[in-house]
Amino acid sequence: MDNDIINADYTAGGKRLNPLRSGIDRLAGAIRLTDALQSNALASTARMIVLGLAFLAGVLAWSSGILPEILSLKDDVLYLLNQHLFMVAVSGGLALLVGLPLGILLSRPYMLKYAEALMQILNVGTTVPTLAILALSMSVLGIGTVPAIFGLFVATLLPIVRNAYAGCQAVAPHLIESATGMGMTPGQILRRVEIPNALFVMFAGIRTAFAINVGTVPLAFLIGAGGLGELIFQGIALNNFGMMLAGALPVALLAVLVDFVLSQAQFWLVPKGVNPLR
Amino acid sequence: MIRLEDLTKIFQTPSGDITAADRINMDVPEGNICVLLGPSGCGKTTTMKMVNRLIEPTSGKIFIGGEDVTSKDPISLRRSIGYVIQQIGLFPNQTIEDNICAVPDLLGWDRKKSRTRAGELLEMVALDPATFLGRFPKELSGGQQQRVGVIRALAADPPVMLMDEPFGAIDPINREVIQDEFLRMQKEIKKTIMFVSHDIDEAVKMADKIAIFDAGQLIQYDSPDDLLAHPKNSFIADFVGGDRTLKRLRLIRVEDAMTKDPPRVTADDTLDKAVNLMEEHGHISIVMVGPKGRARGVVYLSDARGKKGKVGDSHDKLPVSVHVGEDLRTAVSSMFMHDEASLACVDSDGIYKGYVTQRGITHLLGATYRDQ
Repeated sequence: MDNDIINADYTAGGKRLNPLRSGIDRLAGAIRLTDALQSNALASTARMIVLGLAFLAGVLAWSSGILPEILSLKDDVLYLLNQHLFMVAVSGGLALLVGLPLGILLSRPYMLKYAEALMQILNVGTTVPTLAILALSMSVLGIGTVPAIFGLFVATLLPIVRNAYAGCQAVAPHLIESATGMGMTPGQILRRVEIPNALFVMFAGIRTAFAINVGTVPLAFLIGAGGLGELIFQGIALNNFGMMLAGALPVALLAVLVDFVLSQAQFWLVPKGVNPLR
Repeated sequence: MIRLEDLTKIFQTPSGDITAADRINMDVPEGNICVLLGPSGCGKTTTMKMVNRLIEPTSGKIFIGGEDVTSKDPISLRRSIGYVIQQIGLFPNQTIEDNICAVPDLLGWDRKKSRTRAGELLEMVALDPATFLGRFPKELSGGQQQRVGVIRALAADPPVMLMDEPFGAIDPINREVIQDEFLRMQKEIKKTIMFVSHDIDEAVKMADKIAIFDAGQLIQYDSPDDLLAHPKNSFIADFVGGDRTLKRLRLIRVEDAMTKDPPRVTADDTLDKAVNLMEEHGHISIVMVGPKGRARGVVYLSDARGKKGKVGDSHDKLPVSVHVGEDLRTAVSSMFMHDEASLACVDSDGIYKGYVTQRGITHLLGATYRDQ
């Protein structure tokens, strides 16, 4: 009877402990795995230092009262995040919808005459700072979400078009010759040969474009479109550290997250035979 | 099977018209390999690419199996013609299986059927399907890729194949291997093939007929032996080379050149008999065979004359023999190497079938000139 209770207790304790232990094991396994992958002691040390610093920063943030302040702005953050994400999604989505077909269209042989000229214009366009693009957009369309989205769209579009074009141009001519020779229609060649082989380069452009997009969205506040930029700029203006970080941290996280999602998409969507990452 | 009638292609360029193919007339019989040969820019590739309409002819007609294809839909025409190019053109984004099944998929074949066929085709070129079907082109060596390139063109079983310098990018050793492999396959599949090359040796090896082009014109269209023996003009003579008669050696098999049912002795025969046989045939040596007819040794006239005894006790080792399936080039090479004027010819079991002599080979090669 006594034994049973003790045993039951142990079991319960074991159950409670097991998830914890397996979590630790998994963490250790993950660390070992990344070590094996990187096989670079320096990199893993650097990672540990970064993790340690992040932890210290967290402790510091809490003790200095910044974290509670950020948490008190939760409703504002959520509302503005919503606005922020809407701008990223709409401007980025539109840029994808327009940019990829446009880049592919420009790579068609019958567009060759115009393509080079247009690419020159686009290349010049990429050198214009994004803030200037937003300002130009405002001067034409006024203030608010629409000019912000338009400006973001233009800034995002350029790398997408350029890489879609360059990717298609870089598909080896003999692949197209052999596809034509076996009786594929131009549409089949595009879908089965050109796009899959250009996809890696296209994705590189999409990642660049979204890095620009996500990095520019905070500036949209300046032309009256809101977003997390509001907290950052006001935080700076009011010298309010908490408010500033309440905007800056989600923006930073979003940038990391978007690039992570896109890199995963690039990893899995680009066919294995033409994916240098796999 | 493939007939070209006055086929002409004129390219319009800013610096004036260029006639890439000038009224080409030729007929490739069914099951033949026709090699289009010539220096670069001679029009051989243009001519071939007009057959599957990768280049639209300016004028003239192309018939495949009696059907005029100059007005046929180019897409369906191309699906019925196998096409192999020098750069191979395997799609790097697709597995070997999907690459091989490219044309069957375009034709809407049943997926299971085309996949089974992909495995069978890989086996034909000695690549293990279990290993290779799931691989990507970049995981294959150049020679393996070219094999896949060839069987991809065969996947939908087209009666006609066009090959544009298919083995040009492969190192010489592998090229020989793949050429032999392809010739073995062709014996079974008997496709009608147009094959562009700039290598006379490859042409002589592969072709049933050779068409030599120069400056857009078809200069001579003949069997390899006729082409080498009777070049039509000095351009062709130069192109096929000063050693063109040596190249003809490759076209003749030992079997067809050897003297059959040769005199022979066995170990039990006397040396007297051997000497008599040699003198009767005017030979300086005679082959000794075993009980089943295998070539076992040789007796030289100079050694045997005036000696007594059995052949079995005083014969020499046979210095070299040649397989009846080899070409004369190999036979002559062996003769030179071993300083022999004649060579015993044996089959795969080592049975003594006949002999070839240097004199006999010279005579055979000269026959074509004496006829005239």
